[in-house]
Amino acid sequence: MTDQEITMEKKSIFTPFNIISAIIIIVGLVLTYLRFTKGLGAVTNLDDTNPWGIWIGFDLLTGVALAAGGYVTAAAVEIFGMKKYHSAVRPAILTGFLGYSLVVFALLYDVGRPWRLPYPFFISQGVTSVMFEVGACVALYLTVLFLEFSPAALEWLGLKKLRSLIVKLTIALTILGVVLSTLHQSSLGAMFLLAPSKLHPLWYSPYLPVFFFVSSIAAGLSMVLFEGTLAHRHFRHKMDEAHLAEHDNLAFGFGKAAALVLAGYFAIKIFGIALGNNWHYLSTPYGLWFMLEMLGFVLLPCFLFAIGTRDRNARLIRVSAFITVFGIFLNRINITLIAFNWQLPWDERYFPSWMEIGISVFVVTVGLLVYRFIVTKMPILYEHPDYKQEH
Amino acid sequence: MTDSIHTLQEFMFHTKGILYILAIGFLIGFTWFWRFLHKYDREE
Repeated sequence: MTDQEITMEKKSIFTPFNIISAIIIIVGLVLTYLRFTKGLGAVTNLDDTNPWGIWIGFDLLTGVALAAGGYVTAAAVEIFGMKKYHSAVRPAILTGFLGYSLVVFALLYDVGRPWRLPYPFFISQGVTSVMFEVGACVALYLTVLFLEFSPAALEWLGLKKLRSLIVKLTIALTILGVVLSTLHQSSLGAMFLLAPSKLHPLWYSPYLPVFFFVSSIAAGLSMVLFEGTLAHRHFRHKMDEAHLAEHDNLAFGFGKAAALVLAGYFAIKIFGIALGNNWHYLSTPYGLWFMLEMLGFVLLPCFLFAIGTRDRNARLIRVSAFITVFGIFLNRINITLIAFNWQLPWDERYFPSWMEIGISVFVVTVGLLVYRFIVTKMPILYEHPDYKQEH
Repeated sequence: MTDSIHTLQEFMFHTKGILYILAIGFLIGFTWFWRFLHKYDREE
């Protein structure tokens, strides 16, 4: 093969990823057309008994939890002064920003009249509703994330004055981000306090807001590691020396933090069972499923993180991060779908239609494509040469 | 276990009692976990 042929092959857009993405995008656009012309009933299995499906359980609840890496990393570096993890801030902020953007994007599909999303802010404020609090925090935090992300875009566009103005707000934005995240991560759990008779007692607890908030920290730490692993594999050529050098140290630092957070999360979940005196449910099929979630996707990654950190085994830490990310997904799906309406007969239970799953896959694919575009064009995995002295 | 609980007071007494035992157990366990996690840090 000549050099010219090799160059041609490298520049080809017909890679397996691109082809699969194109198919998903086309199918997703068709499903989008069906959703917005025929209504929710045409594409979903949702009904009055099961008004929340995977667009809430996966796209919204899992998406928000996994996007927590933005505030966790920004707080560690900007507030707690852990400057050695500085290279992780921009990728984490980008993941958070895209995560929240996709949450709002997916919400447009799920709500009956999406054009009324701004109503709670401008027309009819339901300030006593938990959902208002979630909506307000998500909207404000998305704005904060946009501002936190914007220096990278402004460096790419060459707008130095505007960039320097926004960089001066970094500490204020980080504090605001932590406050807003604490509020809405916990409020997402608080929404389920409204349904004590519908959610299985092993998952229901008056402390659900605390569970959601603590688990979001573990999710954020794990997602930064997981996303870093993927970026290291696919965008290594975009990384500068600092990113490559800090890659393993980041895994050891975040792995240790994740081990401690997961240990605490496991403890408070057990306290939750004790407070509700729900031990007898553990011997039921739902109890076995609950124990699988707790032992397999909380306690196991907790120990794997600990062993990986102690033995300086970055590979083990990354495997643990993947298990934790899946565990968070499982927890949110359990709360919204599997353990929800658990007393209903099976024929009345919800199972997503293929079109609902198709739109969720479409949303994730859009996120991946936007992520790839931004990482390829903007200084996310490397420092812009014009601003190196500023760190 | 639940058969002996008839009143709210008995329920609170029972669950809080177990919770105190669990909390002490976890504090001891967490100390061990912390030492396990930082074992090689101390040796360095």
